[in-house]
Amino acid sequence: MRSAVAGLELLEPRSVNEALRMMRDRGPATPLAGATDLYVHLNSGTLKPRRFVNRWALDELRRIASKRDGLSIGALATFTDCLRSPLVRRRLPMLAAAAREVGGVQIQNRGTLGGNVANASPAGDALPVLAAAEALVVLRSTEGERRVPFSAFYTGYRSTVMRADELIVALEIPPVAGKQWFRKVGTRLAQAISKVVIAAVRDARPRIALGSVGPTVVRVPRTEEALASGASIEQARRILEAEIKPIDDIRSTAAYRRRVAGNLLACFWKETS
Amino acid sequence: MSASKPDGLSRRDFLGVTGALAGAGLLAGKSTAGDGDNRPAAGGLGPDPVKFGLRVNGKDHEVAAEPRATLLDVLRDSLDLTGAKKACDRGECGACTVLVDGKAVYACMMLALQARGREIRTVEGLAKGEDLHAVQAAFIEHDGYQCGFCTPGQVMATVALLEKTPSPSGDQIRAGLCGNLCRCAAYNRIFDAAAAASKAK
Ligand SMILES: Cc1cc2nc3c(=O)[nH]c(=O)nc-3n(C[C@H](O)[C@H](O)[C@H](O)COP(=O)(O)OP(=O)(O)OC[C@H]3O[C@@H](n4cnc5c(N)ncnc54)[C@H](O)[C@@H]3O)c2cc1C
Ligand code: FES
Ligand code: FES
Repeated sequence: MRSAVAGLELLEPRSVNEALRMMRDRGPATPLAGATDLYVHLNSGTLKPRRFVNRWALDELRRIASKRDGLSIGALATFTDCLRSPLVRRRLPMLAAAAREVGGVQIQNRGTLGGNVANASPAGDALPVLAAAEALVVLRSTEGERRVPFSAFYTGYRSTVMRADELIVALEIPPVAGKQWFRKVGTRLAQAISKVVIAAVRDARPRIALGSVGPTVVRVPRTEEALASGASIEQARRILEAEIKPIDDIRSTAAYRRRVAGNLLACFWKETS
Repeated sequence: MSASKPDGLSRRDFLGVTGALAGAGLLAGKSTAGDGDNRPAAGGLGPDPVKFGLRVNGKDHEVAAEPRATLLDVLRDSLDLTGAKKACDRGECGACTVLVDGKAVYACMMLALQARGREIRTVEGLAKGEDLHAVQAAFIEHDGYQCGFCTPGQVMATVALLEKTPSPSGDQIRAGLCGNLCRCAAYNRIFDAAAAASKAK
């Protein structure tokens, strides 16, 4: 058995409110969902926290429901839940497309949307979808609930506005008009972290979000504006390549990512025309 | 099983802090309380071993394990079900694949405590006496392996796929098995076996 996780203590809330009280009274206590991110850190010994709040059994957080003409997706909904949901497939097909490309089946069965958002990796595949759809992150603590626009949720590399006593309870997605498009580029199809990931909506007001090209998921307002005001895709592409700030890392180089992002933008524009 | 101290807290210190909480351990499986209840929060489990029930291949078992134990460790070390293999131990390879409530999961990435109250199935539960499950028979028939190390995981992922999608296309088979790696690269035969099993049913 792994020694790196010696001394793990698990709190077992019976309801969301109890989980919130545990986080307030017993903190620091890290919420645990599918554990597909947490276990990687636990295993490598890089995780400091020792006390966890196990929310896997809180089915009340797993609901996917229609909310006016949009959607409310519980934070514990797994990628499998998302891609099997007729509502998601109808209203937010780009999320179903992203869910299908996360990890392999086993990761899709355990990895949750809330975990993807909270984990705050710039490579999280669901994040560009939520950014392009202008989702709201529903945060709850014992003091109440607040809704944070997705564009204001991340404050920097792996940091968010979420407080230690807050849980993401749901993602709310307003109705999305226009054609949705998603593409992930990685080393291989399954089990690969994105080198560049993009979600976009073709509408009078195009919305384009990219992952793995900066410290957080990004929208590209200058590129969006150019396209909205009738710029050619070649012009838009040059604007995009200047607008994003990718880095060299173990998975890829900045130059490659710029080039691929530009190619993806062109594909999006062509395939949704 | 020595304790590491990444944050300078010894295991003993830590036990001191949390031992009292562990004493109030909550062993119930399913949650019943609804929202709006303002009872004081129930105690935590661990870090000392706790006793809990697991239902594996239709049988109920009582095990004692530390909360940090993965489902894979408990299956292999406490229940002696060594069909699920430990290879990467970090959710990359699929050798440890088991079914939880009919869905394929990596047993190395799930705490055993998270599997309470759920239906766990391992490769050991597939055959009925001497009669192999159709998927097992198809793997033998089509040589769906070389060394065989990945096979229990491949078989379980195939079982999950066929229960959900009885007549999968080639693409659906590849998607259904994409979380299972084979170092021997017996992929084509594995996919052939999965296709044959879907027809055998
Ligand atoms: C082999 C493998 C392949 C992967 N492939 C991909 C991939 O292709 N694309 C991708 O995007 N990701 C991938 N991942 C990463 C991971 O599966 C996802 O990020 C997943 O969505 C995490 O969800 P989880 O429920 O497992 O999170 P957990 O590991 O349980 O939690 C992750 C973090 O979020 C916090 N958290 C979880 N839920 C909440 C909540 N409701 N409120 C507040 N905080 C919360 C936890 O405290 C923790 O810090 C992969 C992981 C592995 C091991
Ligand atoms: S041992 Fe679990 S995925 Fe490799
Ligand atoms: S048969 Fe050897 S790893 Fe698959």
